Amino acid sequence: MSIAALIGAQASLLAPTPEQPLARSAGVAAAAGQPHLVFERLSRQYAAPAGPVHALREVSFTVTRGEIFGIIGRSGAGKSTLLRTINALETPDAGGVAINGVNVGGLAEDALVTLRRRVGMIFQHFNLLSAKTVRENVGLPLRVAGVKPAQIRARVDALLELVGLSDKADVYPSKLSGGQKQRVGIARALVHEPEILLCDEATSALDPESTQAILALLRDISSKMGLTVVLITHDMAVIREICERVLVLDQGRLVELGEVWRVFGDPQAQATRALLRPLQHGLPADLAAQLVDDLEGRPGDALLSLRFNGAAQPQGVSLQHLALLGPDATLIHGGLDRIRGHAQGSLLVSLPAASWQAIRAHGALANGHGADFIEVLGYVPARA
Amino acid sequence: MSLPALDKYFQAFWQTLLMVGASAVIAISLGLLLAVVLTITTRQGLYPKPRLHRALSIVVNAFRSVPFIILLVALLPMTRFLVGTTLGTWAAVVPLTVYLIPFYARIAQVSLNDVAPGLIEAARAMGCRRWHIVRHVLLPEALPGIVGGMTVSVIAMINASAMAGAVGAGGLGDLAIRYGYERYETRVMFEVIVILIALVSLIQLVGEKLSRRLDHKH
Repeated sequence: MSIAALIGAQASLLAPTPEQPLARSAGVAAAAGQPHLVFERLSRQYAAPAGPVHALREVSFTVTRGEIFGIIGRSGAGKSTLLRTINALETPDAGGVAINGVNVGGLAEDALVTLRRRVGMIFQHFNLLSAKTVRENVGLPLRVAGVKPAQIRARVDALLELVGLSDKADVYPSKLSGGQKQRVGIARALVHEPEILLCDEATSALDPESTQAILALLRDISSKMGLTVVLITHDMAVIREICERVLVLDQGRLVELGEVWRVFGDPQAQATRALLRPLQHGLPADLAAQLVDDLEGRPGDALLSLRFNGAAQPQGVSLQHLALLGPDATLIHGGLDRIRGHAQGSLLVSLPAASWQAIRAHGALANGHGADFIEVLGYVPARA
Repeated sequence: MSLPALDKYFQAFWQTLLMVGASAVIAISLGLLLAVVLTITTRQGLYPKPRLHRALSIVVNAFRSVPFIILLVALLPMTRFLVGTTLGTWAAVVPLTVYLIPFYARIAQVSLNDVAPGLIEAARAMGCRRWHIVRHVLLPEALPGIVGGMTVSVIAMINASAMAGAVGAGGLGDLAIRYGYERYETRVMFEVIVILIALVSLIQLVGEKLSRRLDHKH
């Protein structure tokens, strides 16, 4: 799409009518599944006292129209820089980002302003103007675009209703809770009917309940409006909750990219494993303390870890498979999550060492135990 | 020895109000403009012009270094050029204004610098042009501090205006010096002090109230 076409598309948006539904036009919906954002060999360096810092190193990937795309990494991994290249708040040193085939880096200020009205953004600390009411905050992007007050009012009212804050229109942001502030941020980001929504750690400053509500809202609007959502977070739970694909950044490098369930079920990169650790059911400390490598003939239990990555039994774990471990097996820790329709997780099972030897000798588990990985963690000697 | 009549007090009060009021209006407008220019021309600012910023900063510091009484004398040629005379209340407005512009600019600059960078980033992200950001983000967000700075500045001006008696500007300070100091009429001096305390307290009170009302940060 040429810049002229972008501006043309913008002109039609400058006159939104209140009756206009928030859904995107059919033309855009039909284009779902096509590349929307293309990142090509993006690099960015910062000068720092200790020498140049590589925020991004030759990062290339594509975001599909209409998807919710997650970018995760530790602090300082380059997520923030990467996100900001999309609306040219950051300028790459090399490489570029193209939206609908138009290189963002090459735009002059006028075209950039037009582009930014097509790309909404929400922030960790909301960044609402304290001196303006909720209504004025949400309406500001339209006001600076020269939209008539009556139209601004209608549009703002519609958006406040969408985010469930109609009753707070004339309140100042300082009177709102974190979750409500982020709803205002979302309304403001959507007021120009953007095609892309950028979320910068949008839930990191919220309590768990508000986080869930905001994620549900994001999922809802993205499907209703056919938005492409790019979000950055350091919290894998957010990715698991709403993303379709995830990109893992580590020290400015793209280290992993794929569908969320695959990345969660079988992480390849060290950085991904580290980020996933808080979500995993690790070995409880009391058991870890008792664990030995060998019972040396004493009685005791074997401790097994069964991992399910969503490939062998995508719908869930069949109890029939677990029954192969015998009637003495006990589930002691763990859990399963359903991620994009794939059941995955891990279960910690304990069973008498003798039974385990018998099952292993029998070969019943050779194929068909249902787990994608099975690992003997060790043995717990029976108490004397 | 004679005590001044009541209308002397009124006249002096009026002269102080006129001097301070006129200078305040001009100096606060120009000072705010200067503060905005200083804020947006920094290296990380909206219109990065580091050399302009440095030059302005040096000028501001130079004027702020000169004590008012010296500025008053040093500016006499400029006063003559602008007002046509170097005597009287209006003649005092020129040095008072010149004194206050850099003073107020620095105070307002602090408030403008305090506006969270995230707000400016959000404004850029929503498609604001740079002057939109000054108009809708920088100025409104810094307004409580800008108004608070006005209070401080006007009170500093009332102080400085006492010295304007030296150019025959009149005013409350001049009354106190002429009667209280030069004629040993301590009563007049104390009365003037009481009036000044009341005036300053009133300005402080109104300023604080206004600043609080404008502040929606909490």
